Amino acid sequence: MTTNKYLIFLGCAIPYRVAAFEISARKILAKLGVDLVEMPEFNCCGLPLDPVSHEAMLILAARNLALAEQKGLPIITLCPGCAGTLKKVNRLLKEDKASREEVNKHLREVGLEFKGTTDAKHLMQVLIEDVGLEKIKDTVVKPLTMLKVAEHNGCHILRPKEYIGFDDPEDPKTLKTLIEATGAKCLDYLDETECCGAPSVGISDKVALQLARDKLNNIKMVSAQALITICPFCHIMYDTNELRIEKMFNETYGIPVLHYPQLLGLAMGIKPEELGFSELKVNVSDLMKQIGEV
Amino acid sequence: MNERETVKSDPQFKYEVSKMHGGENLLRCFQCGTCTSDCPIAKFSETYRPRQIIRMVQFGMKDDVLKSDTLWLCASCFTCTDRCPQDVEVASVIRVLRNLAAQQGLAPQMFKDQCASIMESGYAYRIPESRLKKRESTGLPPLPKGNAESICKSLKGVDFVDHVQGGK
Ligand code: SF4
Ligand code: SF4
Repeated sequence: MTTNKYLIFLGCAIPYRVAAFEISARKILAKLGVDLVEMPEFNCCGLPLDPVSHEAMLILAARNLALAEQKGLPIITLCPGCAGTLKKVNRLLKEDKASREEVNKHLREVGLEFKGTTDAKHLMQVLIEDVGLEKIKDTVVKPLTMLKVAEHNGCHILRPKEYIGFDDPEDPKTLKTLIEATGAKCLDYLDETECCGAPSVGISDKVALQLARDKLNNIKMVSAQALITICPFCHIMYDTNELRIEKMFNETYGIPVLHYPQLLGLAMGIKPEELGFSELKVNVSDLMKQIGEV
Repeated sequence: MNERETVKSDPQFKYEVSKMHGGENLLRCFQCGTCTSDCPIAKFSETYRPRQIIRMVQFGMKDDVLKSDTLWLCASCFTCTDRCPQDVEVASVIRVLRNLAAQQGLAPQMFKDQCASIMESGYAYRIPESRLKKRESTGLPPLPKGNAESICKSLKGVDFVDHVQGGK
């Protein structure tokens, strides 16, 4: 099914503290002719409660899927956590009748029902599968050939492989391909697919930040001019926490961390002011100079 | 006196875990250690070892496992699940164990706060008014609202949620 109309599911982290991702994603999707319809009402996808109650997670995710079914539209999410959760639950409830009945008992109490007639996709999957690489390349008016960047996919867009079924978690190519569509070069580096550590923040900040530091060290080693992410949590780990990591471990990075739609937006000729660059924590002025946006 | 320390063991525990969604393949684990050696958390934590947790469950060390703080360190990255040669869904086994611990009231506060926030607003975090205003000024559409009544009603009867609501 290829469509150009989606219900946009923002999740919790993006409206809470990652506005630049939403601002830039809406801009590039408009340019690509993708229509976004707002969710009629919202509740968390359920992922944050999975550790304490798998049942609560299933119900929360199914509520959103049921709402989307009523609208007759597929869901697009910006957060891989939301995408992974909605996809997994959609598949589970479609296949497992007993679980579906159990969840529907809860949903019927509030006039909803999961039927299994819709789909959920992450932005990156929509870009590569529904919009298509050619169309993306067509919108690039300012190729960023002067840039060498690194990418970080984030776990939930790829794993667990069996349930997500998108790209290859051991050697993911989609984000690289999308980055290279902007004209920028995407560098390989050590342990590219390793987790950023975000889910362990609040349980052990030290362990979590060590993970992010490890990755930043590997990215620095290949002299990437920027790091490109597609997950709000990974972005918080590398951008919001970069200064904290520098202080804590006596390191210097100064690596700007961009949401992928910000990078694509620049290549589309959209001004940085319109792409939420002022929301970023790591200084981007050198990067802007390099691409001639001063 | 020469009293030897004995480990309290519940021989049924491994069956209890295997019956739960995600725990099914627990008994297949042959302790190869792939999960621990590829675990990003184990790389930096001195205590977190997924292989060991799986073994403790097989041994029936229920209390030790459920009361252990390290259980909450897993980042749910699913690397272990994808790489286990025996198809043990390691990350899901950890989730099952956390769910069981939560039923005993052992969940970290963070999860209770998020649960309460979801029931109040639909969102896992309390989004400040200033953020909502800023959305308007940056040209973003208004944030969809949560239907608190409907959310609470649909979650009724869920163990952890009832707990959080009762404890408010
Ligand atoms: S990778 Fe699988 S089989 Fe090997 S120790 Fe871990 S759970 Fe057991
Ligand atoms: S899911 Fe948890 S246990 Fe498995 S590799 Fe990731 S952090 Fe380690």
